[in-house]
Amino acid sequence: MKYKDYYAVMGVDRKASAEEIKNAYRKLARKYHPDVSKEKDAEEKFKELGEAYETLRDPEKRAAYDQLGSHRPGQEFKPPPGWEQQFGGGSFSFEDIDLGDLFAGMMGGTHRAGRRGGKVPIPGEDYEVTAHITLEEAYRGTEVNLELTVPEYDASGFAHRVRRAFKARIPKGATDGQRLRLPGKGGKGSNGGRDGDLYLNIALHPHRLFRASGHDLFLDLPLAPWEAVLGASVQVPTLGGPVQLKVPPGTSAGRQLRIAGRGLPKPQGGEGDLFAIVQIAVPTAAGERERALFKELAQASSFNPRGHFAEEAAK
Amino acid sequence: MKTGQAMWLHERLELALEELCELSGLSETELRELVDYGVLAPVDPDAQHWAFGADRLVVARSARRLRQDFDLDPHAVALVVALLERLRDLEEELRDLRARLPGGG
Repeated sequence: MKYKDYYAVMGVDRKASAEEIKNAYRKLARKYHPDVSKEKDAEEKFKELGEAYETLRDPEKRAAYDQLGSHRPGQEFKPPPGWEQQFGGGSFSFEDIDLGDLFAGMMGGTHRAGRRGGKVPIPGEDYEVTAHITLEEAYRGTEVNLELTVPEYDASGFAHRVRRAFKARIPKGATDGQRLRLPGKGGKGSNGGRDGDLYLNIALHPHRLFRASGHDLFLDLPLAPWEAVLGASVQVPTLGGPVQLKVPPGTSAGRQLRIAGRGLPKPQGGEGDLFAIVQIAVPTAAGERERALFKELAQASSFNPRGHFAEEAAK
Repeated sequence: MKTGQAMWLHERLELALEELCELSGLSETELRELVDYGVLAPVDPDAQHWAFGADRLVVARSARRLRQDFDLDPHAVALVVALLERLRDLEEELRDLRARLPGGG
């Protein structure tokens, strides 16, 4: 069995009082609870914390844990004599058994060894995991490979934490932050209990060109000054391949040109839209002829883009 | 509710009250409390059998975990969930504004 230092996980002294342990749990739970935390690895850290707290909050479990003495985290050790008897008459080995699952099951007789022998249906555990996918994958649908540490139960009902690989099919229709439920893909139920579900939290990788909001996509569309003034037909990339977009004459920067149905597909049918946001781009180094033409234009034009400044000042 | 098939949890898909209980791990009493406190709203509050948008499952599961892990009473669960919902709405709005900003903000 591998040793885990529950006191270190909770950041408390080995002599800490029950009150100090409770306060430490509350403080760290606020930091790492997956529903409120933005910390990286919050899920893992919260599991560790929960396991440590479950053992240290219970005086009997804490006393049993203290009996193990102090070891380096991860160090292999043998439980004191007498433990085997408590857990099954010495007929099985403690090797590979997860310390947390052992404590979770002791004292109350609630470990799965006890429950598995009975007739009470136990539903399988739900798993929840974030799947990072690209915008292209969200558009077409994709299959992702995920890795999760999950408890698996041996014949005696004891849990062993194992790293398991999952394949999950993500149908098209994903958006950032969207949740997908895959029924029956979680932990196995026992005694006729239903299998758990797998919940995927979809996170989209940032894209070089497109930005997603719900099922709508946004794209910066740089135009040359003359294209903006005269209008143009320009080729625009979309996730489904390039399309021609008509830019009307007199298009100012910031204008959003909607390309209907070129966003992300929606799960209930239909698609979001693609919005091209106009930017007026100018050549960084204009040639002599270009400069001459712009000068001529400046002299010929009566256009004043800041007319409203003067109006405001006159008020 | 279709079983065995991947399901997007969006508001257009409906779950019956019993399904929401089963999938979230909340009891019916707890779920009705969340409705009373305005945290969850059924599609039609006057309907004989309540149905909820499937996106509410995310909220209900979060409520169950918060209650269990922080040992919260129903009022406190309602408060935390309501604040988390507001945070989520603001994040969505921020994402939308960033997407509309030339250069992506």
